[in-house]
Amino acid sequence: MTSAPHKDEISGVDTTGHEWDGIRELNNPLPKWWIYSFYVCILWSIVYWVLMPAWPILTTDGWTYTKGLLGYSQRAVVTEEIQDAQAKLAPFRDKIAASEFSEIVTNPELMSIAVAGGKAAFGDNCAPCHGSGAQGAVGFPNLNDDDWIWGGSLDEIHTTLQHGIRWDADDDSRFSQMPAFLADEILERGQVEDVATYVLTLNGSAEANEQSARGAVVFAEQCASCHGADGTGNMELGAPNLADHIWLYGGDLPTIVETVSYSRTGVMPAWSTRLSEGTLKELALYVHSLGGGQ
Amino acid sequence: MSASKEATSGTFGPMTLVVGAVFIASALLSIFVAARTHDAVMGFHMALFTTFFVLGAFWLGKRHFDALEQPSEPTAQDGIQYMDGPIRVATIAALFWGIAGFLVGCIIAFQLAFPVLNLDLPWTSFGRLRPLHTSAVVFAFGGNALIATSLYVVQRTCKTRLAGDIAPWFLVWGYQLFIVLAATGYLLGVTQSKEYAEPEWYVDLWLTIVWVTYLAVFLFTLMKRREPHIYVANWFYLAFIVTIAMLHLVNNASLPVSWFEPKSYSAYSGVQDALIQWWYGHNAVGFFLTAGFLGMMYYFVPKRAERPVYSYRLSIIHFWAIIFLYIWAGPHHLHYTALPDWAQTLGMTFSIMLWMPSWGGMINGLMTLSGAWDKLRTDPVIRMLVVSVAFYGMSTFEGPVMSIKAVNSLSHYTDWTIGHVHSGALGWVGFVSFGAIYCLVPWLWKRKELYSLQLVNWHFWIATIGIVFYITAMWVSGIMQGLMWRAYNDLGFLDYSFVESVEAMHPYYIIRACGGVLFLIGALIMVYNVYRTIKGDVRSSEKLDPAPAGPGQLMAAE
Repeated sequence: MTSAPHKDEISGVDTTGHEWDGIRELNNPLPKWWIYSFYVCILWSIVYWVLMPAWPILTTDGWTYTKGLLGYSQRAVVTEEIQDAQAKLAPFRDKIAASEFSEIVTNPELMSIAVAGGKAAFGDNCAPCHGSGAQGAVGFPNLNDDDWIWGGSLDEIHTTLQHGIRWDADDDSRFSQMPAFLADEILERGQVEDVATYVLTLNGSAEANEQSARGAVVFAEQCASCHGADGTGNMELGAPNLADHIWLYGGDLPTIVETVSYSRTGVMPAWSTRLSEGTLKELALYVHSLGGGQ
Repeated sequence: MSASKEATSGTFGPMTLVVGAVFIASALLSIFVAARTHDAVMGFHMALFTTFFVLGAFWLGKRHFDALEQPSEPTAQDGIQYMDGPIRVATIAALFWGIAGFLVGCIIAFQLAFPVLNLDLPWTSFGRLRPLHTSAVVFAFGGNALIATSLYVVQRTCKTRLAGDIAPWFLVWGYQLFIVLAATGYLLGVTQSKEYAEPEWYVDLWLTIVWVTYLAVFLFTLMKRREPHIYVANWFYLAFIVTIAMLHLVNNASLPVSWFEPKSYSAYSGVQDALIQWWYGHNAVGFFLTAGFLGMMYYFVPKRAERPVYSYRLSIIHFWAIIFLYIWAGPHHLHYTALPDWAQTLGMTFSIMLWMPSWGGMINGLMTLSGAWDKLRTDPVIRMLVVSVAFYGMSTFEGPVMSIKAVNSLSHYTDWTIGHVHSGALGWVGFVSFGAIYCLVPWLWKRKELYSLQLVNWHFWIATIGIVFYITAMWVSGIMQGLMWRAYNDLGFLDYSFVESVEAMHPYYIIRACGGVLFLIGALIMVYNVYRTIKGDVRSSEKLDPAPAGPGQLMAAE
């Protein structure tokens, strides 16, 4: 019912003669540019197959593949590139791993490589918590300043990196535990507020008053043993300085009340099981070089 | 071929009784599994199965008694009693799931820009919503659009009613059940972690049953056609149905830990698993999102433009070239991985050879307009269809370019890929489906015209601007991301940490999300337009047919 010769009036081209639900098809030839472009793509592919690894083939020794005239192998290329890069740096990195910090910092060439390597390792491992600029975040110390909790010398930073903070899997991990004064029922709610008010006077954020005077008594009994009588902290115990304007969790009254009431237990992993000794040294040098190193 | 008996349609015949018995047995089996499983989600899914089968059995009974009381005469068209009920269901379903999928897409786009929107809840986290988005748009929106149009087109171009009486209904409702099972599974944490094939083994089995039904309905309809030749659209639809069946079966081969637990283990491991997965993944793009929608294009573009298809010969050559070449291209998703060099070479070269065959569809789509280009000005539906073909051409050029290893080393794992996918998904798949549905709705509900062509025009422009926002943002951010990842200094150390590249994405993520919102707004306008059309309304200011366009006359100027 649908196969009579037919010409489309608008284009003047013959149709195939069939019609489906009112749709006809013109008998136009393949566009020349189209078919030649198709041939070129096929030809290019054949050339590529000749030059590169391409087709699986079955030989008497089992399955293999056509290796291609160029002998290209992705694995060989990447192995070579990695070896080249490592060979270029190997003498320096071996030296960094074997040297004392004091030797590295006096050698400008070693130092520049160590800091560059430390920066790369920092971006991949430390930045998610400490920020890509090491600026820190709430609960994660800023590493650019000179306010250190466990010490800011190269050796101290190195130790922190190796063993982490409160990292249970590492026996040498740095460990400090402030009591949760309210939760553990050491202090009453009112006493916590008193001592927090007193803490605010240490850096001059608040004027001394009657409440802070009561807090001073509590501070002397409960806090001074770690944070010092003047609240300037003690790096050997990991007790932060409370007399400056740098706060890990926040320096407003409600936050300090919360810290005193429930304590804080921030954790940093021990990196010695994940990174090489050379990388740890580079990281220590990089962090130390950010401006706050002691 | 003689038409099947349709006079007693609806009353109990042997076939209906068998199907009814199978439904009741399946309901009992679902209850049994629900009682035995320790897994809450599987119990919930079995309850859904039970509901489905019980409702199905009731429907068979209701049909029987309705038919006894008043045997309904389906309206005949061209002397053929076409079966359009399941097509109406699939059309509405396409719009419903489309809105759901676009909405979830917008949500996860904003989550990428503002992670706090994950709400710290497992059910609303990006990891669960992302497969919900991809499955909703590809399989729920795209799949229903394909089912609706293919069942419509095969009847009209074969001049025969759909094969089967219960089967087409089972197909559309069974497919909706599959979507609900998959979507709720993702949200509740049931996944086999294969991209675009996340549903677990029992949902896969269900889809297999539904899909084989689809294949049977389509094939038997083709076999009883009253046309000497099979129209090109049907080749593409058939290729899509057959290949998806094959991909689904092979990629989902797995062993459940128990018949009563949702968890299963894939039959493949390591690089073989990766290769099978991307053979599946890429051909889902090739045969679901390309071949299927080309079938759609080959019917709705010439039909709407009222022009013959440009070249019969081109349609044959590009069809077979696509079928032969596409199936090889998957390995280009695994460049520079553990996949052997030779497989990467084949993946890349076949992708390059695929460029022209893909463009064959674009040429046939665009050149069909020759002699009717003026309709671009007057008919926003044809404009939508033509722009979809243009996006098809753009993404099928971009694809081969990105498959070249040197380009891929920059583009892979970056947002460029996301942009590429969306120029195809929003521009091609979305627009060709919208255009087809705008054509279909008045035909299916026997309305003279759409409620408003002016609203189609708004839909077109808002969505187009959305797509442009989306893909340009992703090009810039993707290329920037790729360049940041590979930048290193003369000592061999990387210039940027990964997190710095994430930070740099932020503004582009916001632009992308806004583009997505525009696309969603366009689709909401469409839903309103379709709703009013089905109600039988015509917008008062558009009651007359659009004025015939003379030279220099612009409809929009009025």
